[in-house]
Amino acid sequence: MAIRKRFSPLPGFGLSLGYTIFYLSVIVLIPLSAVGAKTIGMGWEAFWAAASNPRVVASYELSFGASLLAAAINVVFGLIFAWVLVRYRFPGKGLVDALVDLPFALPTAVAGIALATIYAENGPIGSLLKPHGIEVAYNPNGVLLALVFIGLPFVVRTVQPVLADLEKEVEEAAAGLGASRWQTFVKVILPHVTPALLTGFAMAFARAVGEYGSVIFIAGNVPMVSEITPLMIITKLEQYDYAGATAVASVMLIFSFILLLVINALQGWMQNRYSKGA
Amino acid sequence: MSATIALQPGALERHETPTTREPAWVKVLLIGIALTFFTVFLLFPLFAVFIEAFRKGWGTYLAALSSQDALAAIRLTLLTAAIAVPLNLVFGVAAAWSIAKFEFPGKRLLITLIDLPFSVSPVISGLIYVLLFGAQGWFGEWFAAHDIKILFAVPGIVLATVFVTFPFVARELIPLMEAQGSEEEEAAVVLGASGWQVFWHTTLPNIKWGLLYGVILCNARAMGEFGAVSVVSGHIRGMTNTMPLHVEILYNEYNYAAAFAVASLLALLAIVTLGLKTLVERQTRKQQTESLALENAS
Repeated sequence: MAIRKRFSPLPGFGLSLGYTIFYLSVIVLIPLSAVGAKTIGMGWEAFWAAASNPRVVASYELSFGASLLAAAINVVFGLIFAWVLVRYRFPGKGLVDALVDLPFALPTAVAGIALATIYAENGPIGSLLKPHGIEVAYNPNGVLLALVFIGLPFVVRTVQPVLADLEKEVEEAAAGLGASRWQTFVKVILPHVTPALLTGFAMAFARAVGEYGSVIFIAGNVPMVSEITPLMIITKLEQYDYAGATAVASVMLIFSFILLLVINALQGWMQNRYSKGA
Repeated sequence: MSATIALQPGALERHETPTTREPAWVKVLLIGIALTFFTVFLLFPLFAVFIEAFRKGWGTYLAALSSQDALAAIRLTLLTAAIAVPLNLVFGVAAAWSIAKFEFPGKRLLITLIDLPFSVSPVISGLIYVLLFGAQGWFGEWFAAHDIKILFAVPGIVLATVFVTFPFVARELIPLMEAQGSEEEEAAVVLGASGWQVFWHTTLPNIKWGLLYGVILCNARAMGEFGAVSVVSGHIRGMTNTMPLHVEILYNEYNYAAAFAVASLLALLAIVTLGLKTLVERQTRKQQTESLALENAS
């Protein structure tokens, strides 16, 4: 084989790589290219008309805005979670550590109806917030809430191992040189975890933009107000507007691919940074 | 972009000396914030599922689960996972073998492409199969002419599920097998073992926990997928409804007790998944500590 670079005595290279590429093409690459082909086939004007329709634009603003905000909230709370799990002992810690991944494991539709029930105005938390004029469910707040829920593990699980690897001696050195605990945190610990925080942020953001199941039950789905972009694709499909759905999908895909490259670059940066040692 | 977490090496806890400790109030405050957030965002939703499911008592609960449509949804969900998980398991092993044991150009690109389904919105994952197999799709006419139904039928649901769960096993195994290197396998080959023997007796025992981890996560997603399956299913009761879709239909009909009854099975699946995951992580950590101790001793 021409592409084999280094001699290896192990068998199965051709078979395993061949099958990998075949399966990848059949399941992922060829189906995904259908979106590209359909978009190119519809022509620029039809694409632009569908992708820049005011209702669709309102959904971009909500999806991207709420996802950015949710990812930012996740950075703050994700760091606190990671910190508490790595540094402190407290009752229930094992349970917290295991259940942080609940948003990954709980099917999104289940999370969606549970959040909608709790935060609806007659729900256990919604009814407490209502007298204070805070309405969470069936408006953009609900979208934000669901996105915070699903994004949390991304930040916690990227930051946690990095924080655990930070050697105690570094902090002791800072303290020995007269730094206060806060100074040590800002000047030593925070720079160390920044790549991980950014990676977690980007992952949570990417997931939030595409999220569907946990959001639609609590969003209320009011046109121009609380419709997310994935819902616009579904709406167009239900009207048999395949071209329109594809146009919106390709906008999202282009965005996702850019974000994927950013995340890859961030992970490369992380690997470099952390393999050299803190 | 990942929806899974690589196995963490080493214990994640550390011990502090006085100079690297925060004031007690900071510690209490931080733990308080984390526990409040944890309770409101994670525990409440989980409890709510079970409380709502049993609100009208056991009778209603069991009736909701034993209805014809619910049983059909459970069967379809099990069938879908039973096809999707083994397919992606075989793929994951093949991909990890080629990527971790051999050097070839374009490797990084291949890994990125394998991760691709994670960065695609579930709704788009469904849409692509509508574009392929729909009435005006690339293969739509051919299948229609041969009277094979893909879209709004079981094959479409399986395909969409295979797509969204595609990377799970591969992305667990690739870093694991890369870290383990191929010395043991090379030694086995030199000693005259065949390819399959090497895999069964040398590689598999080393990767079994990582493999199990990937399979658990893959299965959870396969059974719980909503967005992608919703697009290709057509929502035909008793025919093309998976459990998450059945939950949606019942919920939208204001049949909350039944919706949450079916949802409680899925929540149970999530709890079992997290339990197994914690167990596997512990095993992996043990294995790593043991092999480290072995290396240090020799």
